[in-house]
Amino acid sequence: MIDANSISKQYNGTAALKNISFQVEEGELFGFIGPDGAGKSSLFRILTSLLLPDSGQVKIFGFNVVDDYKHIRKITGYMPGRFSLYSDLSVEENLEFFATVFGTTIKENYHIIRNVYNQIEPFKKRRAGKLSGGMKQKLALSCALIHNPKLLVLDEPTTGVDAVSRKEFWELLKDLKKNGITIVISTPYMDEAQLCDRVALIQHGEILSVDKPGNIIRNYNRVVYSVKADNMYELLKDLRGFPETLHAYAFGDVIHYTCKNDSLDAENIVLYLENKQHSSIEVNIITPDIEDIFIDLMQSKNNQ
Amino acid sequence: MKEAEDIPVISVKNMYKKFGNFIANDNLNFHVKKGEIFGFLGANGAGKTTAIKVLCGLSKPTSGTINVAGYDVYTQTEEIKRNIGYMSQKFSLYEDLTVEENFRFFTGIYRVHRKEIKLRMKSSLNEAGLWEFRKRLVSSLPLGWKQKLAFSLATFHKPRIVFLDEPTSGVDPIARRSFWEQIYKATQNGTTVFVTTHYMDEAEYCNRVSVMEQGKIVALDNPSELKKQYNVNNMFDLFLKIVR
Repeated sequence: MIDANSISKQYNGTAALKNISFQVEEGELFGFIGPDGAGKSSLFRILTSLLLPDSGQVKIFGFNVVDDYKHIRKITGYMPGRFSLYSDLSVEENLEFFATVFGTTIKENYHIIRNVYNQIEPFKKRRAGKLSGGMKQKLALSCALIHNPKLLVLDEPTTGVDAVSRKEFWELLKDLKKNGITIVISTPYMDEAQLCDRVALIQHGEILSVDKPGNIIRNYNRVVYSVKADNMYELLKDLRGFPETLHAYAFGDVIHYTCKNDSLDAENIVLYLENKQHSSIEVNIITPDIEDIFIDLMQSKNNQ
Repeated sequence: MKEAEDIPVISVKNMYKKFGNFIANDNLNFHVKKGEIFGFLGANGAGKTTAIKVLCGLSKPTSGTINVAGYDVYTQTEEIKRNIGYMSQKFSLYEDLTVEENFRFFTGIYRVHRKEIKLRMKSSLNEAGLWEFRKRLVSSLPLGWKQKLAFSLATFHKPRIVFLDEPTSGVDPIARRSFWEQIYKATQNGTTVFVTTHYMDEAEYCNRVSVMEQGKIVALDNPSELKKQYNVNNMFDLFLKIVR
C-alpha cells in the first residue's frame, strides 16, 4: 500500500534522509525505530504530503504524495510529534473541528474512534491544554481517526509518556488494526519494536535494517552475554578494558556483552573477571534484544 | 557503584501540596542520601513535577517539613537554588547560542567566577567530548550531545544535588548509556542525583527508587529489593504492577 522509492531530503546541505526505500503492506503495523534526529519526522511529513522530498517518490494506494496530495490527505490520518491541537478549545470542540474540516461528523464516524475516545469522553468539556499527557495523546489519536482514514501515520506518540500509558496506547493500536487500518508509527523506545509487524531501524537518515522484529533477532549473528557482578560500575570499566571486547553496555541490572569474532566463551569471561577481583560473577548467553542489535548496527556504521 | 553515605541531603516529612481541592502531593515522606542516585518514578500526572518544583525552591508546599541541601524550602529558597543544579528534557539550552556561549551564560547565572569559568571550561567540555564543537550552534548538535552539555552545565558550579527531569527521552541507545556513565562519575565526587525517567531499564541504575501514584509514594526501596517484594523480574513489570 505504501511504496517509497529512493527518498532524499536535505536541509541547508545537511542530509536528513539518504535514499530511503521501503514498502508497507495493507493492514500492517509498521514501525520506524530510531533516536531523535534519525529522520523519522521528515519522512512522515513526506508520507503525509506536508513536505516535498528533494528526490524519490512515494505512492500510497497508487496515489503519488506530491501530485495527488488532495486525495492523500483524505485517506491519511496524521498525528504529529508535537501536540498540535487547539489548547483553548475543549476536547469535544477539537474533535468537531477536525470532523468538519474533513466533511464528516463525530456521530457518523463514532464507531471508529469509540475505543479511543471513550476514555476521554468524560472530560469532553475540558480545554485540551488542561489535559494530562496521556489524555492529550488519546485526543490527538481521535482527531487523526475521525475522517476514517485508510492509513494512520503516528509520529512518536509515546515519547515522554510513562510505561503504563505507553502499554495502553499500543493496546489501542492493536484494536484499530483489527479493523483493517494500516498504521505507520515511529518511536525511540526500542522495546516497542516487538509490538510491530515489521520494523525499520533508522539512524542518520538511513535504514539500517527492515524485517519482522523476530527475524532481526534470529538473523543476528553474534553471541550476546549477560554479565553481572557485585560492583557493576567497575565491571563495566573492566569489560571495556578487555581487548577481546566488542561491546559492553548496561542493560538494566546487567551488562550486555559481545566479543570480537565470538572468540571467547563464558568461561573465559569469568576467568578474566576473577583475575580483576570481581565477586558474585554471573555470565549467561541470552537472546539479544532489538536494542543490542541497534547499538551494533550504529557502531559498525560509525566505523565504516 | 559506590555506596551512598548515610547523610540526608534531602529530607521530606509530611509534605502536602494542594491546588484548591486537588491534592497533588499527599503526605510525602522520604529522604535522599549524599552521593545517592535517587530515581523518582511515577505515571504522567502522578505529581512528580509538583514535588520537584517544591524541592528546587520554585514553589512552596502547603504543609510539611522539607530540607534541601540543609536549607528550608519555605524561607531559604535562594540558598537552595545556589546549591542545586537542574536539567530538564524540555528546556535546557539556548538553541541559537553556541556551545561556548551557553556555557558562559549558564555558569554565569550560577555565579561561578569568570576566572574559574575560563580555567575549567576546557576540561569540562573535553570531558563531555564537546571542546572541538564549542563554536557550533547548539541547534546543530544531536540531542544526545545537547543533553551531555546540559548536564555539564547543571553540575559545573559543583552543586550538592542535581535534579534531572527526563534527561534521556528520545536519545539514542548509546548516548543514553554514556549519559548514565556521566551521572555515575558525578556521584563519585559526592554529588547527589535526583532523576525522573520513563525508561524502566534506567530505574535499575539508581541506588533507590520511589514510585508515585496519584500524589502518594506507594513504593520506595532499592531496585532489587522492590523486585523481590513484588515478585517481578524487572522494573518495567514492577511499574505495571504498581501503577495499574
